[in-house]
Amino acid sequence: MDKKGFFGNWGGAYIPEVLYQTFQELQKEYDRCRQDPAFWEEYLNLMSTYSCRPTPLTHAENLSNYFGGAQIYIKREDLNHTGAHKANNVMGQGLLVKRMGKKRVIAETGAGQHGMATATMAAKFGLECTIYMGEEDVLRQRPNVFWMEKMGATVIPVKDGSRTLKDAINEAFRDWVTNVDDTHYVFGTACGPAPFPEMVSWFQSIIGIEAAEQIIKYHGKMPAKIYACVGGGSNAMGIFKRFLDEKDVELIGVEAGGHGIDSGSHAIRLNCPDASPGVAQGYKTMFLQDEDGQMKHTHSVAAGLDYVGVSPILSDLWEKKQVRFESATDNEVMQALDLTMKKEGIIPALESSHAFAGAFREVGKLSPDDAIIINQSGRGDKDIFTIAHAFADPSWKKFIIDRGKEYSSK
Amino acid sequence: MQLEQQLRDKRNEKDILLMTHIVLGYPSFAANREVIRQMVENGVDCIEMQIPFSEPMADGPVILKANQDSLAAGTKVEDCLTFGAEMAEKYDIPFLYMTYYNIIFKYGEEDFFRRAAEDGIKGFIIPDLPPEMGESFLTLADKYQVAPILIFAPTSTTERMRELAGYGQGFIYCAARRGVTGKKSEFGKDFNDYLNRCREATSLLLAVGFGIQSREDIEILKGKADMAVIGSRTISLVDSEGPEAVGPFIAGLR
Repeated sequence: MDKKGFFGNWGGAYIPEVLYQTFQELQKEYDRCRQDPAFWEEYLNLMSTYSCRPTPLTHAENLSNYFGGAQIYIKREDLNHTGAHKANNVMGQGLLVKRMGKKRVIAETGAGQHGMATATMAAKFGLECTIYMGEEDVLRQRPNVFWMEKMGATVIPVKDGSRTLKDAINEAFRDWVTNVDDTHYVFGTACGPAPFPEMVSWFQSIIGIEAAEQIIKYHGKMPAKIYACVGGGSNAMGIFKRFLDEKDVELIGVEAGGHGIDSGSHAIRLNCPDASPGVAQGYKTMFLQDEDGQMKHTHSVAAGLDYVGVSPILSDLWEKKQVRFESATDNEVMQALDLTMKKEGIIPALESSHAFAGAFREVGKLSPDDAIIINQSGRGDKDIFTIAHAFADPSWKKFIIDRGKEYSSK
Repeated sequence: MQLEQQLRDKRNEKDILLMTHIVLGYPSFAANREVIRQMVENGVDCIEMQIPFSEPMADGPVILKANQDSLAAGTKVEDCLTFGAEMAEKYDIPFLYMTYYNIIFKYGEEDFFRRAAEDGIKGFIIPDLPPEMGESFLTLADKYQVAPILIFAPTSTTERMRELAGYGQGFIYCAARRGVTGKKSEFGKDFNDYLNRCREATSLLLAVGFGIQSREDIEILKGKADMAVIGSRTISLVDSEGPEAVGPFIAGLR
């Protein structure tokens, strides 16, 4: 990151003046933390006692045999407390909030995992907490809303725009400019104005640091390829960062193909003619926007990938060809999820299942002496309503109908 | 300098100037035309025309909805520029564009400045473009003589205000409080201290906006600010009573 918060042509801090002072303070505190080894020690201690770090690296032997190519390893971010990599970022920012002495946190959430993690952190650190969530996401991720509220957070459904993640971000910014003195905005992904992209990537880099040690231990050498799904890009940055200088490791980001790249109903920001450089939500990156600069509607079966922008750091790595970008459609993702459950007894989140789908396409072409790592950013049981619906599971449908009858008769 | 001189000349004749705000294409360009006519006929000194954007981060519910409805009705940037040119040609008060940076960035920064200058637009207000991000923008503003209007906030330190004032032209837009547009502002001691700090930081004219809604609010600003900005209030008025209510409302403000 340069002095103005850019990574190559991307990033920056396009913020209203009212937030200027707060960003100065945030940048200063973040710089102090980066230079203080005790901060990272405190972070590691928190993550190993409150969450489940280091998370395991699982050798998926059945899937490896099934494809007959490289050995498939799965980095199990699903085993974090609250079930996703989001905890890594949130607990780190929580420590920062304590240092800055702010009393209240706000956050946007798409799938609900970041909101969950923030609500958890707020409960643990005794902070007031408000979560903004697109109305459409509130409907499709009801269980997470339930838990956030149970942990004492206020969940505000956002009814503006496309009623998804980008609108939740706008609304969180509106809250922040109003309550800037006592509130910290816990940005959930490696996007937004500087220093968020770099700061979030730093907290998430723990994923790759662990994975590098683990793969050497289990496999004896670096992996040939690493796959991660890309919404905002924080889990991808988390696992990629450690390997950026490893010349023989190919890094692959998998975006949400939705109904297909030609359908106009997807969330592919890189390698897609529907996207172009733009400035919104406080930063410059590739956005899905029209010729006037108005943001387009996006679609993905996975709420956490359903976003118009992408980390400016990933746009830079894409431009410099240090990361290859692919996409997987909703259908491919459901198939990959199904196969992973059947072969390994592991339930990846719909978001993470994109990384699996991307890997499954290519893994058969590699040698059994090679290894690949798939970053399983989160667990899928939170998606039970969406997944059961997508599978059109008859017994689940009956259960919901019966439960509905039971509630409406009382 | 054009905008500043124009406003200074008017300021010499009046206690306080009045700037109003419209969202282009909301509820329609025909309504915009009528609202502007009434504003000008009733003595408004300057008008900011907002080019709608799908992500208006700094705007409150009223203007947010106006942005969305305008876009939903099919408003294009080209429609807005054509309309802006028509207004600037027709009336001799200064017209400004207010919008978010992506609209200008996507159009092509230099093309946008050239077009606006040719069309007689006098300044731009871009709430998500701090001067640190606006190097080329500020250079082009000089080249095309379109004033970059910078914003002070109550959270700005005095040092920061001086820095901003160094980049600003035309006037300084002082946000009356933290938060987004539309909500009522309190004009207590903190507000007076803030305006005093603004005054000390710059010799440019001071406009005060965010939550200015009535004759009483404007009365309070006299002697402290050079220009009052009415934004969300007239949009709500058009929503509830139609464009014809704007003239009497404006006439009753001073």
